[in-house]
Amino acid sequence: MRRVRAVLRFAWEFVVGDDWRIAATVAAAIGVTALLGDDGVRAWWLLPIVVIVVLTTSIWTLARTRR
Amino acid sequence: MTGTDVGLVVSVFIACAVEAVEALTIVLAVGTTRSWRWALTGVGAAVIALGLVTAALGPALTALPLNLLRTVVGGLLLIFGLQWLRKAILRASGLKAQHDEEAIFAEQAEAARRSGVAGDGFDGYAFGVAFKGSFLEGLEVIFIALTFGANRHDVPLAALAAVAAVLVVALAGVVVHAPLARVPENAMKFVVGVMLTSFGLFWAGEGAHAGWPGGDTALLAIIPLTALFALGMVAVLRRGGNLEQSPNREIASA
Repeated sequence: MRRVRAVLRFAWEFVVGDDWRIAATVAAAIGVTALLGDDGVRAWWLLPIVVIVVLTTSIWTLARTRR
Repeated sequence: MTGTDVGLVVSVFIACAVEAVEALTIVLAVGTTRSWRWALTGVGAAVIALGLVTAALGPALTALPLNLLRTVVGGLLLIFGLQWLRKAILRASGLKAQHDEEAIFAEQAEAARRSGVAGDGFDGYAFGVAFKGSFLEGLEVIFIALTFGANRHDVPLAALAAVAAVLVVALAGVVVHAPLARVPENAMKFVVGVMLTSFGLFWAGEGAHAGWPGGDTALLAIIPLTALFALGMVAVLRRGGNLEQSPNREIASA
């Protein structure tokens, strides 16, 4: 059980890294894009906007704490 | 070879070269201070373990339907790429220490010395550190090669680029016999962050039926725009007075 937990923690840190909010937001954005795509809406603009917002927010939050 | 294939080869090669440089530094440190025999045995064991991981994951990935593969793997690549890009922006703007192979080598060598004298028999420290370093860096190589290769349905091409990168770095390590400190590692990490994010963005969008204008050629806009955005962030952070020149060099990998 401990090993499984260690492997899962490693996988989480490997892919998700320091800021889980980036992963969660990106995953949600992909889901919304897919839902819109299924309804025939070409939402190609959504992911780039989300990436810009989430990366800027993450870096800005860190920068403010280090000032 | 299409433009996307060239992008795949270049991205995988640079990303894997960066990882290989990091693994080389660790192996050199334990090899020169402890035991070459057991350090190289550790590398060999890591290569076998990585081969098993690839054999398990590769066919499973390529068996997925293309759209599901692109959504899931493209999404993972995007999240993984954003990690790289975030760190690269923080490094370039002075908010995170630069990666320094000489400092990492010195730190690893000192730790190896402190762990005691190696006897004639099995040197668990040299084996363990070389194995762990090679395996962890190798996992990133495999992740990048498999995700790029699977999305393009050309795993052999991605694998070839990855193997070539590892061989070039290993050869350079044998010739130089020192950490490859002159490799512009931080700039390479920045480029890799841009490429991983761009390809992840494109493939995740493709899988989710985002309908990129221009199809594959959208990548020709996504890559430079991502680079511009990242460089812009660095410029704004530097101008904003966040520059914090760190005298201590970064020891941790990533």
